[in-house]
Amino acid sequence: MKDKLIKIVRFCGLGFLEPLIRLINGEEPKKNATNFVKKALFPVFSIILFIGIWHSGANYLFNKEATRKIEKAREDQGEEAAIAMQACIKAGSVSCQPNTLPSPAQVWGAYLSLLDDHRAISAKKDEFAAKTQKINAKRAEKGEDPIQYTGRPSFLDQIKTSIKTVFAGFLLAAFIAIPIGIIIGLSSTLRSSFNWLIQIFKPVSPVVWLLLVFMIIKTLITDPDLDKSFMISFISVGLCAMWATLVNTSMGVATVDKDFMNVSKVLRLSVGKNIFKVILPASFPLIFTGLRITLSVAWMVLIAIELLAQSPGLGSFVWEEFQNGANDSNAKIIVAMFVIGIIGFALDRIMLTIQKFMSFDKSEVA
Amino acid sequence: MAFLELNNVSKSYGTGKDKVEVLKDINLHIEEGEFVAIVGFTGSGKTTLINLVNGLLFPDEGEVLLNGKPILGPGPDRGVVFQNYSLLPWLSVRDNVKLAIDEAYPSASRAEKKERIEKYVEMVHLSHAIDKKPAELSGGMRQRVSVARALAMNPDMLLMDEPLSALDALTRGTLQEEIVNIWSQDQKTCLLITNDVDEGIVMADRIIPLKPGPKATLGPEFKVDFERPRVITEINKDPAYKHLRNEVIEYLIKVGANRKSTTHVDLELPDLQPIMPGRLQWGKKKEKEKVKYF
Repeated sequence: MKDKLIKIVRFCGLGFLEPLIRLINGEEPKKNATNFVKKALFPVFSIILFIGIWHSGANYLFNKEATRKIEKAREDQGEEAAIAMQACIKAGSVSCQPNTLPSPAQVWGAYLSLLDDHRAISAKKDEFAAKTQKINAKRAEKGEDPIQYTGRPSFLDQIKTSIKTVFAGFLLAAFIAIPIGIIIGLSSTLRSSFNWLIQIFKPVSPVVWLLLVFMIIKTLITDPDLDKSFMISFISVGLCAMWATLVNTSMGVATVDKDFMNVSKVLRLSVGKNIFKVILPASFPLIFTGLRITLSVAWMVLIAIELLAQSPGLGSFVWEEFQNGANDSNAKIIVAMFVIGIIGFALDRIMLTIQKFMSFDKSEVA
Repeated sequence: MAFLELNNVSKSYGTGKDKVEVLKDINLHIEEGEFVAIVGFTGSGKTTLINLVNGLLFPDEGEVLLNGKPILGPGPDRGVVFQNYSLLPWLSVRDNVKLAIDEAYPSASRAEKKERIEKYVEMVHLSHAIDKKPAELSGGMRQRVSVARALAMNPDMLLMDEPLSALDALTRGTLQEEIVNIWSQDQKTCLLITNDVDEGIVMADRIIPLKPGPKATLGPEFKVDFERPRVITEINKDPAYKHLRNEVIEYLIKVGANRKSTTHVDLELPDLQPIMPGRLQWGKKKEKEKVKYF
């Protein structure tokens, strides 16, 4: 039981829980207690330290901005206005809050308010669904499209859209990059003839990819029913992110251990068998490393692309909040920042776990 | 006509100034059913020699004939046991052997293939580990799988490239015996490359030393006519064994010493003075070094 649990925990990359499990089982209490402190409690201390620095930094910025505001009021409108401004800031009124880095408490508050907002919107949706149930049933009978809820999406909906986009982009990248990588890897002629293309397009910025995809999609797709902005954003994400997989796959295929190739030659394996039984499994570790990089790049560029493509998602959420300039906008942006970071981390962990699962040499994966 | 013939075979790597002639004028005749061991130093071109026979390499000059026909590439008539096992680590023992079976008997039914796989795995005493991955096996077990894979193609000839050199002495002894046992069952022709004279004496009918490269050639052959089955502990006491062993080793040491004396080159050292970092005079130096680019 205990060993199995430890194995699972390690597999998921939660190795820091291992000493705790051992401790609970009463195994070498002293050693495991120190290990637990080292592996689990120190990170907690560092989080507290981080929040502390953030808090005092935000405080400092707040005070600086407040002083500036008061000084400005004094210069422009005289002493009375300055006193009024000071009182207004102190009272925490919405109209005169200094616009600066939000404190951890404000961000937490924004997070809670986003959750509340989500609940409110889901309630509205349910209400709407209940209302339109009969009409939709009728419409379905007639073969018409059902009426859909078209209200504002909540924060969690935006996260879902983003994840959907990133996976669509990731799959596109994998479907393009892996086959091409294998073909290029197998033939040194193709590799040298297409190398320029990879080298030139690899460093191109996501913004430019977005514009390029926009040019093409705009012309190609005229059907107004299709979700054009989603297509543009996921295709750009895929194109931006596929290069890591492409390069890694072709390198993995090109550098398969010579011993394996000799075996394949001596056993006179057919081309298909050679690829699927020898070359692909041998290059799996590198292909997966490429896919892992691809996924993290996809997530990273997604935000920028959504922001520009005006397709719904976390990116446009951030941009809208920035444009919005409401009192808690900055705090919401920071919430989005943490959500983006945590989801990115989780995606990487998932990929790592799959990679460990698929790879023949467990020790190679780090 | 011998089963395998190498006539005046030469092989070199690289071109121009870097060209290294590894093998020069190799002549080797192996009869059907014979067990021949080639003994030589590391780096003397043994692996090149066996790659010429298994078809991974082709000779620059001369010819390699199998049954009177030149070798055009790897084939199912020659099973190869590699020095570093070369098992595919993502396949189980069963699947590793299956690769060879699929190649040798493409039209056999599934059950028939399964039976054959199990037969060859049984032959090397690994039935208990048939579903394990190579990483879970010890070195000796891996090399057994490699032997089983080579045998599974039912080749006319077995080529072994230092198959046991990575194993410890005890495992090596058992595996030597097992390989000889398997060989004696159907008397396949065997070519063994080794750096261990004892291994050659225990296993082979003939021992042929390979003189150290570059331009390696084969030395005079030594016949090994001890009765089979040979048991190492008994042979050890045999004065004839000691005599043969010493003869081979003396020969090898002699050609090894020759190599040293013939390749000795006096290198002229440039007359350099060490630089003292603290004493560099930057101003003066700059004046002197007027470098013109372009």
